[in-house]
Amino acid sequence: MSKKRWVQGLVLVVLVALGVYAYQTRQVSHAGESITAVGSTALQPLVEAAGEQYTGEHLGTFINVQGGGTGTGLSQIQEGAVQVGNSDLFAAEQKGIRSKELVDHRVAVVGITPIVNKKVGIKNLSTHQLIQVFTGQVTNWRQVGGANLPIVLINRAQGSGTRATFEQFGLEKHRSKTSQEQDSSGMVRSIVATTPGAISYVAFSYVDQTVQDLSLNHVAPTEDNVTTNRWKIWSYEHLYTKGQPTGLTKAFIAYVQSPAVQNTLVRQLGYLSPNQMMVERNATGQITQTEGN
Amino acid sequence: MKTTEQLEAKLKRRSKAAKLEIWGRLVSLTALMLIVAVVVAIIGFVASKGIATFTSNHVSLWDFLSGKSWNPGVNGANGKPEVGALPMIVGSFLITILSAIVATPFAIGTAVFMNEISPNKGAKILQPVTELLVGIPSVVYGFIGLSVVVPTTRAIFGGSGFGILSGTCVLFVMILPTVTSMSADALRAVPRYYREASLALGATQWQTIYKVVLRAATPGLMTAVVFGMARAFGEALAVQMVIGNAALMPNSLVSPSSTLTSVLTTGIGNTVMGSLQNNALWSLALVLLFMSLVFNLIIRLIGRKGRLQ
Repeated sequence: MSKKRWVQGLVLVVLVALGVYAYQTRQVSHAGESITAVGSTALQPLVEAAGEQYTGEHLGTFINVQGGGTGTGLSQIQEGAVQVGNSDLFAAEQKGIRSKELVDHRVAVVGITPIVNKKVGIKNLSTHQLIQVFTGQVTNWRQVGGANLPIVLINRAQGSGTRATFEQFGLEKHRSKTSQEQDSSGMVRSIVATTPGAISYVAFSYVDQTVQDLSLNHVAPTEDNVTTNRWKIWSYEHLYTKGQPTGLTKAFIAYVQSPAVQNTLVRQLGYLSPNQMMVERNATGQITQTEGN
Repeated sequence: MKTTEQLEAKLKRRSKAAKLEIWGRLVSLTALMLIVAVVVAIIGFVASKGIATFTSNHVSLWDFLSGKSWNPGVNGANGKPEVGALPMIVGSFLITILSAIVATPFAIGTAVFMNEISPNKGAKILQPVTELLVGIPSVVYGFIGLSVVVPTTRAIFGGSGFGILSGTCVLFVMILPTVTSMSADALRAVPRYYREASLALGATQWQTIYKVVLRAATPGLMTAVVFGMARAFGEALAVQMVIGNAALMPNSLVSPSSTLTSVLTTGIGNTVMGSLQNNALWSLALVLLFMSLVFNLIIRLIGRKGRLQ
């Protein structure tokens, strides 16, 4: 009996200790301020890095960054469950989102390029040919001047921001034929690298030695061409807030948009800064010239 | 007089053993209620979300089950959203049945060896090996599939290497330990005197295994296979990595296709709660839940049939 009491006592002590620990380490909003940013995995590295720098400079603040995808980010911010929603798309482009309630903060520009397996032997396609390839009108690379290899399409998952941008500006709003889908850019790159005849599309920062990027209409996928919109497949990366941001959220977004981050971190991580752009694009895809820097 | 009253009071009071009895019942009842509540909550949630596709988005159930085009974000030729789940349902069933067909002979063979032919070696070597296989996380299987099985399939059969065949290879290894250990249990449950009687009648060991032990263990073996199928049907990550995730009707075993689970895992992060795209994914989850219920019922049925014999 005494042994049993002892065990019961021990369990009680452990429970109380856990409770105290949980209470001590709970998310405190008054002592140290904390915000949560959720959404796009393409934007996640930037927000994470900026968040780390910011909390390093402002002790006592916490910025939690989570992935989950653009759809998750926008629906969470719409419900007010988080303070910042990360998105690859304009909120107006995403179905099921009441975009008028959300405020857009553009923090980066990302260029997207088609990539092919190196055995394809092609470095340039016209937009027309690209559309033919992705809609299945041509099925062998020979038909567009490449090696005698069947074309293997690899898409990002439906609803992915990269795919939406590529279909809108790369395929001129044509829908890609149903094909293989992968849910991350790293996976896409390694599959394209190892599968003969494969074609897909990734952000500039994912292009490396293992795959061949394509020029379109003899325009190369470079940052300079993105800033002038000669390379049309690019999109903004957005931080969305519900209503105008306040407090730490406001300070953090201002920090990400400040030259300190835009000229260093944004560039280092392979994005472009919106300040570099000589054009501006709105949610419907209309281009206006700006003065640039 | 006083002593009898004391005695009466003592007898009427609850003894410590009785208190312990009540306490024990209370604890196990609470645990049971909690589990039941969780199960009911999950089923209720998935069902309410999954049915929304049909009630609030007005997709007909028949279109959902028989349509071949999966594109929830886009309206099809008839002006209705394209939410045909048939390619995924077919993909899931094909991959489940094929992997079960491949795994069953190996599993039963191993179980027979472990139990009948060489129980000593079986207990020493095979048992730990199968148990080890169970412990390997599915992402590891998927990774091996991606870096070994897919290139091999591509080299032999051409195409991209992603498809039902690669998925079957990966799932075969994944369900093998489950089916093996359950088959071994089923063989172990065959009474010893069956074997003794058969051997006494002059049957050889193989005749005994084939005509007596396997026949007697059939319900148990079938349960083992169905359990393996249930696991294969619900497996998401490893399959998603090797099947290619193309929502197309599989026209060959090496063409990219998809399963219910692979579409769910790739799609759920890119949709907005409450939108049609999201609801359609919940409907797929509902189909999965329903199928696991069916698998459970089959196992029950087999068990009951086995008992009658």
